[in-house]
Amino acid sequence: MNSKTIPSTDKTALHHDTLLSIKDLRTYFQTEDGVVKAVDGVSFELKRGETLGIVGESGSGKSVTSLSVLRLIPQPPGRIVSGEIFFAGQDILSLPFKEVRKIRGRRISMIFQDPMTSLNPFMRISRQLMEITKLHLGHTKAQAYKHAIEMLERVGLPDASTRADNYPHEFSGGMRQRVMIAMALSCEPELLIADEPTTALDVTIQAQILELIKNLKSKTGASVILITHDLGIVAGMTDHIVVMYAGKVFEQSPTRELFARPGNPYTKGLLRSVPAPARVDGEELYQIPGLPPDVAHLPPGCPFAPRCERAEEICRRELPPLVQLTPDHHSLCHFAEDVYAQSRRERETRAGISVP
Amino acid sequence: MSTQFSHTDQPPQPFSPGITPIGGAEPLMSIRDLKVHFKQAGGSLWDQFAGSARSVKRVVKAIDGVSLDIFRGETFGLVGESGCGKSTLGRAVLRLIEPTGGQVFFRGRDLASLSTRELRQQRRHLQMIFQDPFSSLNPRMTVGQIVGEPFEVFKLARGGDKDRQVNALLETVGLSQRFNKRFPHEFSGGQRQRIGIARALAANPDFIVADEPISALDVSIQSQIMNLLERLQRERNLTYLFISHDLRAVRHLSDRVAVMYLGKIVELAAAKTLADEPLMPYTKALISAVPIPDPEIEAKRRRVVLEGDVPSAINSPSGCRFHTRCPYTVQACREVVPQLIEIKPDHFAACIRISPAQPDITQVAPDAVPGLNHEALECTVKVVAH
Repeated sequence: MNSKTIPSTDKTALHHDTLLSIKDLRTYFQTEDGVVKAVDGVSFELKRGETLGIVGESGSGKSVTSLSVLRLIPQPPGRIVSGEIFFAGQDILSLPFKEVRKIRGRRISMIFQDPMTSLNPFMRISRQLMEITKLHLGHTKAQAYKHAIEMLERVGLPDASTRADNYPHEFSGGMRQRVMIAMALSCEPELLIADEPTTALDVTIQAQILELIKNLKSKTGASVILITHDLGIVAGMTDHIVVMYAGKVFEQSPTRELFARPGNPYTKGLLRSVPAPARVDGEELYQIPGLPPDVAHLPPGCPFAPRCERAEEICRRELPPLVQLTPDHHSLCHFAEDVYAQSRRERETRAGISVP
Repeated sequence: MSTQFSHTDQPPQPFSPGITPIGGAEPLMSIRDLKVHFKQAGGSLWDQFAGSARSVKRVVKAIDGVSLDIFRGETFGLVGESGCGKSTLGRAVLRLIEPTGGQVFFRGRDLASLSTRELRQQRRHLQMIFQDPFSSLNPRMTVGQIVGEPFEVFKLARGGDKDRQVNALLETVGLSQRFNKRFPHEFSGGQRQRIGIARALAANPDFIVADEPISALDVSIQSQIMNLLERLQRERNLTYLFISHDLRAVRHLSDRVAVMYLGKIVELAAAKTLADEPLMPYTKALISAVPIPDPEIEAKRRRVVLEGDVPSAINSPSGCRFHTRCPYTVQACREVVPQLIEIKPDHFAACIRISPAQPDITQVAPDAVPGLNHEALECTVKVVAH
């Protein structure tokens, strides 16, 4: 295990530059119900070779953030109101549309939750894979076909050379997701965005797909953004985590730090509400009270305040600042430092108990 | 172990997977050799009309001989991957799907032999909570009507009395009485699930089948619903059949857990035992596939990643149905259908390669099939024969 991790840290040390940087991104949707601020002031950075996890519940804005990166926001009703998205030094938001299309699928590619709706049901998968390389890499038909088979073999599709000419419905959910990954990686993109890639799959298939993404990532050196609601998945897969709630980044931190010393009451609540592997008899599961907010009608102040057990007067009145806890650990909370200090104390007592 | 029942109204004989009942109770529900087979037409439409030989019907064996006891007051967890038959089992015990064979005894009476009218009366005691809180509530009925309907159907209460009870139920599941006049679309997923739970409670049932009640919900809402289900169980002495693919939730809520694979139960034990010391290679793989929300544990973990997909239930593999994906398969696994036998006290598994003498499959000698030597042999030969 260790021998495996050392070279990968070396690699990140080699390319220590930033691949993607998002600053104060705001993506709003005009609806009958008023303006929905789906993404409201999101900033983060992703370094080359790193995996970033974006965690959040439905409506937190995690998918809209990633769609904004590819400029895939349906317009109208959606609009990127302000902010900056820099990808490998290029300003995505000011690029002409033609240039954006050159990036999509070539340098940034994306896989979605439901592989059935993202594959064309009327096309053989070989043709769907060939389209990309013909367009982006200028392959001839023969080259593209050969490349398609190679890609399908790489993602572990059994019997790839004959199965390549099948239609999507002839594959199981797990196999379709492999086809999607083959397609996403066929131009060796610098960034792969995986939006809930395993939510529709069974646990054993989920383990296969996550393993596959991990392996391919270490081979190609691509950066990955993994969007999910499952804290278990990000724990094992990512270097950094961004926790989103109501369109805002509530906490961002290196993965280990976030799990060990969460600095935000929402993150803490989420971590505590997952059933532990070993249940203490009769102990109730921690629950965050209340419901996720209606993004069209956010309360003034902190959007989590109505559900937060730590909330005080100021939380209901003023939007909290993004507090820096360590150089790369930030939390959006009026009491971030207290929460962080408490997490550290809890951590120490837990460590103290487990040592003897 | 192989109990047979031909007389329908005879109370079921004790069945060995009758692990220490809670408070020494009798089983509330006993399932015996339950089978649900779906016939599927084969061939093209033309073949079917012309009655050609190619129109041979294929049989999907969704449930293929399941026996178990569920005791009063317990939560019985049922886990498995999609297509393993867990939801079909949940529906078949309530006779929402007609079983092809076998019996379901509820308080000693065989539900399968009841007339429609008698069944309706029994249904009062048997309720269900569904996975999808969007499609399981009638969009044209108000919350008050939805939750009040069981009172009318079973003639339990009317008028003001009914309204009072509906309001009390809404409070019980954590909804405000004000929601009475609203329609399902005005609620979030978690709230709708609460409405579904209130409806299931209305007739004051003993037994509730909860089919993936939390999988459509957000993480922060899942824990709320799990706690609600537990509280209701305590307050009302409910018995749950909790069906889920989420092993963490099943481990948390259940007293005992059965693991299903392609229509059969492959392992059955107390929830803690199953999670900590699983015997079956399939259960081990299933547990090891669940990601743990702790980066330090995840970094050290060695994962058993299963090859391939779940095979189709139409042409399920011969012998042990897991043999196509099992790392410990030997030739006999392809030929002999393993029986669910007690490997450790109160811990049942269906694998011919392990035995009470050597329950750890990683330690079993290569090619050893101890499960074939004992009384299990008789059962297996019988099964292979027909």
